[in-house]
Amino acid sequence: MNGAAPALAVEGLCVALGGRQVLRNVSFELEAGEFCALIGSNGSGKTTLLRAILGFIPIDSGRIGLDGDAPGAAGRIGYVPQKIALDPSLPLRARDVVALGLDGARLGPPLPSKRRTAQVEQMLQAVGAAGFADQRVGLLSGGQQQRVLVAHALVRRPRLLLLDEPLANLDVRSTAEIVALLRRLSREYGAAVLLSAHDMNPLLPAMDRIVYLANGSAVAGRADEVVRTEVLSSLYGYHVDVVRVHGRVVVVAAEARDEIRDAVARDPVHTAPVP
Amino acid sequence: MLLALFDTGFWTNGPVRVALAVGGSAALVCAVVGMATVMRRQSFAGHALADVSSAGGSAAYLLGVNPLLGFLGMAAAAAGVMEWADIREARERDLLTGVVLGAGLGLAALLLYFDATVRSVSGAAVTVLFGSMFTIPATIVPLALAVAALALAASAVIYRPLIVSSLSVDLARTQGIRVRAVALTHALALALAVSLSAMTVGAILSTALLIGPAAAALRVAKRPATALALAALIGLAASWGGIVLAYESFYWTPGHGWPVSFFIVALIFGAYLLAGWAAGRARRPTAHPSGCEGH
Repeated sequence: MNGAAPALAVEGLCVALGGRQVLRNVSFELEAGEFCALIGSNGSGKTTLLRAILGFIPIDSGRIGLDGDAPGAAGRIGYVPQKIALDPSLPLRARDVVALGLDGARLGPPLPSKRRTAQVEQMLQAVGAAGFADQRVGLLSGGQQQRVLVAHALVRRPRLLLLDEPLANLDVRSTAEIVALLRRLSREYGAAVLLSAHDMNPLLPAMDRIVYLANGSAVAGRADEVVRTEVLSSLYGYHVDVVRVHGRVVVVAAEARDEIRDAVARDPVHTAPVP
Repeated sequence: MLLALFDTGFWTNGPVRVALAVGGSAALVCAVVGMATVMRRQSFAGHALADVSSAGGSAAYLLGVNPLLGFLGMAAAAAGVMEWADIREARERDLLTGVVLGAGLGLAALLLYFDATVRSVSGAAVTVLFGSMFTIPATIVPLALAVAALALAASAVIYRPLIVSSLSVDLARTQGIRVRAVALTHALALALAVSLSAMTVGAILSTALLIGPAAAALRVAKRPATALALAALIGLAASWGGIVLAYESFYWTPGHGWPVSFFIVALIFGAYLLAGWAAGRARRPTAHPSGCEGH
């Protein structure tokens, strides 16, 4: 991908919401086909960053470039929002939801089209949803719904796929499956995938790159460059230790400061210091 | 035995033909718009619009103008207020809807009082609130058909964007769908549907025609097109079946028939129960394996 414009370039991004500075000077780049985790505790600005990239909220300064262009260009980003209440009574099969990802913005009812059907079918297979494609989407399990929403977001072959906490509320097995699926799709479709999560552990083996957010500031790079004691301590503004234990990475605050204790209580990434 | 269908008087009777035309178009429009309304979880707003439109209907009697215009004007105004407020929070939306509903019904109470006292239109209250299909003036038919056509056209245009918006506003915005324009168009279609329905079964029962067939269809249909077709079928069957039964009821209690609205609403309720029974039967064999899996 040398020489090509990055799929996403964020430069010096600052966003304030309701008078509070949510993002401070955030910069990173994603190449096509890269799988990137956006890690941070609740309230660290992950959702705000995703919504700014989508063009849903105004930015105060900085630049967001998509394939070199401005943000919010409709249809060029695939998005899986955090909470979608898929009501069991909705008269929509999994394949209808995917088809709406293809041409849901078009006016009028859809006309029968072999090409449309084939595209939807191919996408359903790609996410492993062919087996339940004809079931009501509201009756599917959380992991199955997540696959359908990923297919909805990817069916137009966007260069960038954003997912807001797609692993929340999934069991361990579904989490591993969705992570493996997203990584494979990022390669096959050549799409940059940016996925937010509060726990980096399920993502560590899969991620090409990490954007770590704390208090609105970010560091980005390869996981082995970013998830280090000195890098994260400087990001947090106080000393934290990156500890590897039983194959898991935990970020542990050394001092029992109040704000750290709050973060520990809110967030499983932070674990109380081992006595 | 449905003697009415074999009675040549039924098919040549002017009021019956008007009722079939107005009732049929109302049922069709309500099925389509009602489906969208249920998917958007706006059933209460639909009910409120219908009730509020009764103020317009009673004003029409007072002024001696086409009652459909009265229902239409009031429903459109109320829909405009509710959409203009643009409240996302479900609870706040319900509160505003409740307040608008109360104000509209209060106004209707006053206007119906004037109808009875100033204009001496004695049956106005029953007609406005509960409908009286065999007394619909024939002059309404062209306007009713035009309103129906407009509502169906508006619903058809926003068909896909509306489904995506009801799934998630964020998904819709990601695709570049103008969510507010879709909501406004739907509100207009809703006002049109509700006024037609108020004309048919009365303002109070109007929601039955709007929500009932859609709710029944949603219990069994798996895809949007099937749900729409089924809702339209249930609505039409209930509307026309109600007219036939009401005509028939002249034979049961000689001299005076039963209200059409009763039969329509009863048939819709029956269809809803039937759909629930059918859905329960369809689900039983597959309920066990999926019932054990965690989410």
